[in-house]
Amino acid sequence: MTLLLQYTLIFASVLILVALGGCFSEHSGVINLGLEGIMVLGALGGALVMKYMPAVSPFVMILGTVLGSVLLGVLYSALLAVACINFKADQTIVGTALNMLGVAAATVIVKAINTAANPDDVSSTIQYASAKKAFLVNIGGFEFNWFMLIALIALVIAYVTLYKTKFGLRLMACGEHPQAADSVGINVYKMRWAGVLISGVLGGLGGICYILAGVSEWKFENGVAGFGFLALAVMIFGQWKPSRIALAALLFGLFRALSNVYFGFDFLVSLHIPGSVYNMLPYIISLIVLAFTSKKSRAPKAEGIPYDKGSR
Amino acid sequence: MKKNLLKSSAVQSLIASLICIVLGLLIGYIVLLFINPAGAGDAIMTVIKNFFTYNRSETQLKYLGSTLVKTAPLLMCALSVLFAYKVGLFNIGAAGQYVAGACACLYAALGWGWSWLPCMLFAILAGAAFGAIVGLLKSYCNVNEVISGIMLNWIALYTTNMILTNVKEVASPYTYQMKSAGPDAILPSLGLDKLFSNNEYVTIAIPLAIIIAILVWVVLEKTKFGYELKATGFNKNAAKYCGMAERRNIILTLVIAGALAGLGGSLLYQTGYEQWQCTHSSVPNMGFNGIAATFLGGLNPIGTIFSSFFIQHITAGGAYVDKSMYCSQISDLISSLIIYLCGFVLFLKHAGCRRRRRR
Repeated sequence: MTLLLQYTLIFASVLILVALGGCFSEHSGVINLGLEGIMVLGALGGALVMKYMPAVSPFVMILGTVLGSVLLGVLYSALLAVACINFKADQTIVGTALNMLGVAAATVIVKAINTAANPDDVSSTIQYASAKKAFLVNIGGFEFNWFMLIALIALVIAYVTLYKTKFGLRLMACGEHPQAADSVGINVYKMRWAGVLISGVLGGLGGICYILAGVSEWKFENGVAGFGFLALAVMIFGQWKPSRIALAALLFGLFRALSNVYFGFDFLVSLHIPGSVYNMLPYIISLIVLAFTSKKSRAPKAEGIPYDKGSR
Repeated sequence: MKKNLLKSSAVQSLIASLICIVLGLLIGYIVLLFINPAGAGDAIMTVIKNFFTYNRSETQLKYLGSTLVKTAPLLMCALSVLFAYKVGLFNIGAAGQYVAGACACLYAALGWGWSWLPCMLFAILAGAAFGAIVGLLKSYCNVNEVISGIMLNWIALYTTNMILTNVKEVASPYTYQMKSAGPDAILPSLGLDKLFSNNEYVTIAIPLAIIIAILVWVVLEKTKFGYELKATGFNKNAAKYCGMAERRNIILTLVIAGALAGLGGSLLYQTGYEQWQCTHSSVPNMGFNGIAATFLGGLNPIGTIFSSFFIQHITAGGAYVDKSMYCSQISDLISSLIIYLCGFVLFLKHAGCRRRRRR
């Protein structure tokens, strides 16, 4: 039971981080379908830091890893921002391209590193078993991961930023009615850049958090298994509001955790359901949830439409 | 005369696609330089040359055949994405529909011993069913087709792994060889294999895919049905106002798109070229490469034939790079760069139009 709680919380943390990223981007008016790719690059950044940084204190390790993943996440999200905001590209195409590019680029980079170190090693795996210990605190069988705290802090900051600051309200105005926002002197392009870059920060953090959950090596060929899109489903289910996103993330985290720990429950094992069904569960649940919640969705009105100063 | 030629949208699309290809290859080359400057030039040439790396023309012909064998399913996935895109829908679920098609035809062939045509129809049906789910969710529940498509990709993958485990070899994660376990299901070759130095995998799949590409063009450009679908994509409310069944059109579009992708699965796996690996942990790239081919082909079914060949050509070429320095995913990198650059194409086109108007 503690194991289920532990996995639920860690997967929920991933979903909260990434869904909040999507939330910032969409409130500024840009649909960020590239979150999956941003996660992969964030995971890569963090994993590289863990691989190469000498083991000093746990705090330095955590800080370095977080910085590594945030840096790559932000840089990568800039690719989306420049295409979608300045060049008015189709946000769906660019997002999809970034997802594919993320996996391909990470695989090429990791394989190049592995092959350079050992010509016989053609895998795309990075191991970080020893560095991972810095993130874990064992409290009576429950493995507390510092990312759970980071997700909670991100949640609070996101809520305050969106609803209690000038910046947040202006950001949301750009996603609802950019022309109106522009007419009162808000620079829509800058705001949208800010929204996308914030989603890069949070997406990158979510990526490193995901590969730290439960495993101690990661094969980058696999990307992040649709988690970026699950986060988008969480965001829609959460109606683009941070507090509801947190609740939605807990629900989805629970179903994702089941596939890791179902064999620990006697009654679930006695049902003789194949493991694949548990793997599918989060995706099936999200389809059902989306079917019921999308109809009356409160999506930002201007999301997905490139802002053109000259248009009416 | 020259001015008119530049104005024609077909020529513009062609130029834009060529720019994307050149830039994509250039960035790919730069990446290779970073990894290891010594062999970068050779490696990028290998990717571009693909089967031309062999010296004997017979061998070249044989491997041209193999590239074509995999071009057919890619073309079907690209047509699936294209058909939906013309109606304003982004069918990223093509990857899952392709997997569903593969699952259906493989199980029908290996489990039930069906012959090739029923297997193919079953695959089309499976793909269409997955497309229908996306369509129903989109039209009745307003679910974004990209998100539901991705979810269904993973559902299709895990279901397929589960179902095909029943027809897999005992000692390996692969399904039975079609040649021995379901010989009736192998597509007829009609002597086409003789053209490609007896490449046994060359079948009617290749001409069939091209015929379907032309059919898709005819339906979209020359029929009332295609016109209605495009009108629905352009403005759903206006189409409804004009008396078109806009919900039916959306569902129908995704059913057809799903059927095309499902057929793609059958066109690859019923040649016996590949076996399904029941431990697949990620959705096969075929559907996603289809997106690259669609946009590279300038959103034109005929252009897609050539762009599919090109994408498959460099993907296959990637397998030949020197593994002691680089990895084959370099071609995935190039094709995803090409899609990213295609996102800019519209901007380039608009910029071109504006400049000419100003003159």
